[in-house]
Amino acid sequence: MAEKHLLLGDEALALGALHAGLSGVYAYPGTPSTEITEFIQNHPLTRERNIHCDWSSNEKTAMEAALGVSYCGKRALVCMKHVGMNVCADGFMGAAMTGANGGLVVTACDDPSMHSSQNEQDSRFYADFAMIPCFEPSSQQETYAMVRHAFDFSEQYKIPVLMRLTTRMAHSRAVVETGGLRDQNGLSFPENPRQWVLLPVNAKVRNEALIADHARFAETAEASPFNRLADGPDKSLGIIACGIAYNYLMENFPDGCPYPVLKVSQYPFPAGLARRLAAQCRTLLVLEEGQPLVETRLKGVFDSGITIKGRLDGTLPRAGELTPDCVRAALGLPDLPQHEASQVTVPRPPALCQGCGHRDFYTALNQVLKDYPTARVFSDIGCYTLGWLAPFHAFHTCVEMGASVTMSTGAAHSGVWPSVAVIGDSTFTHSGMTGLLDAVNSNADITLCISDNLTTGMTGGQDSAGTGRLESICLGLGVAPEHLRTIVPLPKNYPDMEKTIREEIEYHGVSVIICRRECIQTARRHAAKKQ
Amino acid sequence: MKQDIILAGVGGQGILSIATVIGRAALDQDLYLKQAEVHGMSQRGGDVQSNLRLSSEPICSDLIPKGCCDLIVSLEPMEALRYLPYLAADGWIITNTTPFVNIPNYPEETALRAELQRLPHVIAIDVDAIAKEIRSPRSANMVLLGATASVLRILDPDKLRDGIRKVFARKGEAIVDTNIAAFDAGYAYAKEHLAR
Repeated sequence: MAEKHLLLGDEALALGALHAGLSGVYAYPGTPSTEITEFIQNHPLTRERNIHCDWSSNEKTAMEAALGVSYCGKRALVCMKHVGMNVCADGFMGAAMTGANGGLVVTACDDPSMHSSQNEQDSRFYADFAMIPCFEPSSQQETYAMVRHAFDFSEQYKIPVLMRLTTRMAHSRAVVETGGLRDQNGLSFPENPRQWVLLPVNAKVRNEALIADHARFAETAEASPFNRLADGPDKSLGIIACGIAYNYLMENFPDGCPYPVLKVSQYPFPAGLARRLAAQCRTLLVLEEGQPLVETRLKGVFDSGITIKGRLDGTLPRAGELTPDCVRAALGLPDLPQHEASQVTVPRPPALCQGCGHRDFYTALNQVLKDYPTARVFSDIGCYTLGWLAPFHAFHTCVEMGASVTMSTGAAHSGVWPSVAVIGDSTFTHSGMTGLLDAVNSNADITLCISDNLTTGMTGGQDSAGTGRLESICLGLGVAPEHLRTIVPLPKNYPDMEKTIREEIEYHGVSVIICRRECIQTARRHAAKKQ
Repeated sequence: MKQDIILAGVGGQGILSIATVIGRAALDQDLYLKQAEVHGMSQRGGDVQSNLRLSSEPICSDLIPKGCCDLIVSLEPMEALRYLPYLAADGWIITNTTPFVNIPNYPEETALRAELQRLPHVIAIDVDAIAKEIRSPRSANMVLLGATASVLRILDPDKLRDGIRKVFARKGEAIVDTNIAAFDAGYAYAKEHLAR
């Protein structure tokens, strides 16, 4: 029975996966992907069907656990933001080689324009790299249907598949009609067990098979219900519109697009359909959200006699997300009449919450470092990254999850003193622990500050994998007990905090200072629940 | 018929609960709807907006094109002005007049007022004062929604009241009543303002 729901793209994907007979979701929070897992965690079907839904420590552990589920014949979903693909790449590439048994859908949510990210890498490259299919929905309704199709595809062709959403699909709501609940799979093991042991002797055989399968995936993309070549009377331009770029195109032609259009939502790129388009149109405009993957391929190196327009020739901006406005300009349509921008408004950058423990930590750290002009501070990914902005200007680097620990270690090896690392609790258990082991093994002269707010704050307060066990983790990694200190970041404790930080900077070896106070957002929520 | 709305404010002010009520009402009225939200880093005290599109026909883009927005609804006066290039020539601004000052270079209030007065269709309303007057200071966003209802032609105000009832139902009858009262106060203020 069809039901109507108002769902985010993320939620449509989650509900589609639940209805497709999901057995487990494995994920680490990251904007704009977090709501997929949260929706599954809160859905009654999850308890009813005993679906695994706890957060993973990082994207690599998530990917590998999901591969284990798939090995056992059950359906698993992996979710992450685009840069999570880098963290799980080893498992992801390995999964393409083992293939899937139970349906395995990997979801990457890309963030073009970097609303909440450090780069705008395009996950479609990963699917291409691994020679696996990629699905890129253009609407919330399509997302719901597509995830079911993706699971079926994965099982039919015994291959993991990638679902790629971008910010505007992940975080936009629309009415979605849903219906049809599939049973979960029972236990079953792969038909070809050798494929799951990637010794060179097996992997070489499997690689040949994967290359052959890739050609079959390309055939399915030509005939896919999600790829469609529509005719148009005006052959002066042919348009290739990938994912949600299709919406921005159609927005500009309320009475129908006059040009032939190839809508692409399933990869490998349907080259046959593109050739049919190019047989009618000598100029093609490529609209794709993210990096110019399709455009680069079509352009090639040698002149084909077809003019390819898009991000590379300046028809569209080279970077940043697409909008109906930049697509309008690319189509040569005049601007709609509009008001001029206000000259009175000023930017309002995000900031650490008032009362946040990170604020008190940075206040104390900055006070101490006034006496150490040679200090370098290496920070990391999380709410506390906002400490780079005024008024704190508290650190020199922020690169990717865990890099604070390892970069400070490298800096210490290079003769920098004091070399200070700042990392959050969730980021530490995500990717900081192995770096700390390296620091201990080389007795690097670093002061590692773990700003522990007992949650994954930036993404809205998800469970943090090491809560309550950070001390024992650090001790287990070999940190000396006398240089493992704990402080409580509050204004009344500034003298104590400063004294502790100073003492550990003066110690020439690995020190860890755990700076612990609950995130005020989660603390408020907990207080409200108690009432 | 379509109406495109930009909801604006500062992270934490509660623009998403306005969107939730409108979404609920739109669903009950069988309208098409798309609503793009901002999550993540930008929510931490920075400027936030949501593009909300309602239509009797299918909607293509999740984002509102420049020059197409029928209503800018803002819980903060400077944030109302941030999206002017999106406002249609005959579009409306419905804004709270109380500034949210969390940056050192916040503009002079007189400059903001002058900029708003320059525009043809503005409902400026001190929603915080009205919410306090009816003794429900936490319902300022529903006062603003009430004011918006006076020019939101695509949705029946009664459907919006139903939306409030459904969205706040699990918080108890008292909370529902407070929010309905806030909505009605905003609606009455705007009607009176428009009649003048």
